[in-house]
Amino acid sequence: MADDIKPRLRVPTTAKKGEVIEVKTLITHPMETGQRKDGDGKIVPRLIVNTLAVTYNGKPVLNARLEPAVAANPYLAFFVKVEESGTLKFTWTDDNKQSWTAESKIEVA
Amino acid sequence: MIVSTLSRRTALMALAGALVARNAFATTDQAREWLANHAKGAPRDGKVTLKAPEIAENGNAVPLTVSVDSEMSDKTYVKALYIAAEGNPNPGVAVYEFTPMSGKAWVSLRVRLQQTQKLIAVAEMNDGTLYSGSREIKVTIGGCGG
Repeated sequence: MADDIKPRLRVPTTAKKGEVIEVKTLITHPMETGQRKDGDGKIVPRLIVNTLAVTYNGKPVLNARLEPAVAANPYLAFFVKVEESGTLKFTWTDDNKQSWTAESKIEVA
Repeated sequence: MIVSTLSRRTALMALAGALVARNAFATTDQAREWLANHAKGAPRDGKVTLKAPEIAENGNAVPLTVSVDSEMSDKTYVKALYIAAEGNPNPGVAVYEFTPMSGKAWVSLRVRLQQTQKLIAVAEMNDGTLYSGSREIKVTIGGCGG
């Protein structure tokens, strides 16, 4: 199941210097809350993506810590201010310390 | 006849009461405690805006946008944003840490809501001052997979 987990990004490829751009992210993940019971009445253990860390050219932009109250396939949108061309890097980490990364290049004119 | 109707109503009400009492949801106090553990101090009202549908038919994924009024410069910016729910099994929803590079203190996400409840967000500025905002959302079908 963990193989199905795939991050998706929607990030502009070009921007003006100093522009504040909108970034949309989604990762396909069940976000098991630890509240749900399976067919045998056993509680399904909690397994959620608990962190998304975003950097631009290695500098931290935003950190999101998620709780089970975030819906399955967590969609997170936010803004980033870009002063120079570079690479936005996204790292998602789940409760099993498994992580997924995605990158997007932005050309600043 | 009247007596029997009354006693049936009483019995039904007692049953409904028992069902409500059995579900252990977070309360206003737990949400406040969770927020206080993250953001030390007393938040002032204002600057924080929560946007969500007034009525959410499906509590499994309720779109929520939280924004904080801030210029997000090196001098003054929102350091962190804490989002809590008053009627979920656990009060925490998400914590965001911003930098001036965030450009805007604005986030959009989808949340699970077990029942009709109030969401509260507290913003911590870089100088330590706190602001808070809240929003009541009516939920038709709860979404915590109980």
